[in-house]
Amino acid sequence: MRIPCPYCGLRSHEEFVYYGDATLQRPDASAPDANDSFFDYVYLRDNPAGPHRELWFHAGGCHDWLIVSRDTRTHEISGAEPARSAAAGDGR
Amino acid sequence: MPTRYSIFSLLRESFGRHRGWEPAWRDAAPKPNYDVIIVGGGGHGLATAYYLAKNHGIRNVAVVEKGYIGSGNVGRNTTIVRSNYLMPGNVPFYEWSLKLWEGLEQDINYNAMVSQRGVLNLFHSDSQRDAFVRRGNSMRLHGVDGEILGVEEIRKLLPMADFDNARFPIRGGLLQRRGGTVRHDAVAWGFARAASQLGVDVIQNCEVTGIKRENGAVVGVETTRGFIGSRRVGLACAGNTSRVAALAGLRLPIESHVLQAFVSEGLKPIVPCVVTFGAGHFYISQSDKGGLVFGGSIDMYNSYAQRGNLPTVEEVCEEGVALMPCLGRLRLLRSWGGIMDMSMDGSPIIDRTPVDGLYLNAGWCYGGFKATPASGWCFAHLLATDQPHEVGTAYRLDRFATGRLIDERGGGARPNVH
Repeated sequence: MRIPCPYCGLRSHEEFVYYGDATLQRPDASAPDANDSFFDYVYLRDNPAGPHRELWFHAGGCHDWLIVSRDTRTHEISGAEPARSAAAGDGR
Repeated sequence: MPTRYSIFSLLRESFGRHRGWEPAWRDAAPKPNYDVIIVGGGGHGLATAYYLAKNHGIRNVAVVEKGYIGSGNVGRNTTIVRSNYLMPGNVPFYEWSLKLWEGLEQDINYNAMVSQRGVLNLFHSDSQRDAFVRRGNSMRLHGVDGEILGVEEIRKLLPMADFDNARFPIRGGLLQRRGGTVRHDAVAWGFARAASQLGVDVIQNCEVTGIKRENGAVVGVETTRGFIGSRRVGLACAGNTSRVAALAGLRLPIESHVLQAFVSEGLKPIVPCVVTFGAGHFYISQSDKGGLVFGGSIDMYNSYAQRGNLPTVEEVCEEGVALMPCLGRLRLLRSWGGIMDMSMDGSPIIDRTPVDGLYLNAGWCYGGFKATPASGWCFAHLLATDQPHEVGTAYRLDRFATGRLIDERGGGARPNVH
């Protein structure tokens, strides 16, 4: 697998550290249902067979966090964007 | 009456030029209704069906498998069996599994080539010695065999290892002599045959596409071969657990990851037992044909692909060469990948689910093969009695919410590091 890093170009995935599902949102710790929502956040996963948005850290490169779109059935990567701008896009 | 395998049946068939052998199990078509349906015809599902019939007298059972028997992880592992665990919830379960392995071939009348050649965990530093001595003590306190070997004893066992490696010198090892290897696909075939002889329907090429519920309780499964009714459905789907459980609206503490394994060309005997390399994550044994069978860590990213990537191949082979430099001259014959149901604490789940009549057997990470008989035994007990078996009480689905995790590695809620 090669990841198209927006800063470094197409790089082998061994330069990156995988951090999993990028769609998880850290819950509000002061909300009344924080216990349940943190259990969901820490432990439960959709674990889809198909398109997956996931966090990769470019440890052997630019040290930026990326959100990579990848198909878990084929390992085909359709894109990568800086996690910072992706987070700005969905309101985080 | 199905043939009982023995020296006499072998001699009889030899005189008939082996034309009289019957298929080992019935390739059944689905009936409209069963007392229990097991989803997943791997080792765990077939063992569950066998023990349901044998221990609990529940013979109206279907095992539905989306591919063919032996196509999943039961045919994709490195065949190691052991019970060298540390945590209280794990030790009794895996020891029960090893005891079942010890009597399995007589029980199911099938040669599964159970070979108790020993499992040796090498350690490479003083602190790692402390950790393994502690593990060995925990095992012995639970009545499991385990002994610490010194360097000289290991030199006799494994003369080709690199004892004086500058970075990873071998300081000793924890040996469990009762551990070893079992021929993996014979386990699938043997359990399928034994279950089938007791009346279980083994239904291949039958993928579950829906889990039908009425008033919150399971009433059957939709499959590619039509609807099959049952009020008790057990999931034993390994890497596909999340997908199948999602059909019933469940979201689980599981991620699917790919684990690769490798086999080399055949050699004369060189690795007498299962050996693990403590400075990395590498395990190796030698098959009876002479090929070296080995593996390492998972590829670390979510995958349903049943194949991995080259950096992991390189990493595993580097660890092998660090342990035994002579391996560098070997050619690999095959490598393959299997999809692991990685749980959030590295330990399995055998429990009821929030859906009435739906039971879960999952989260085996990459340690499922050694657990096959005890997993089937405990899951059958749960399906038959609605109560957990005494050696599997720790494997609750709600432990992630209550904090009663069984984290052997101390890795936290990161499934790719267990």
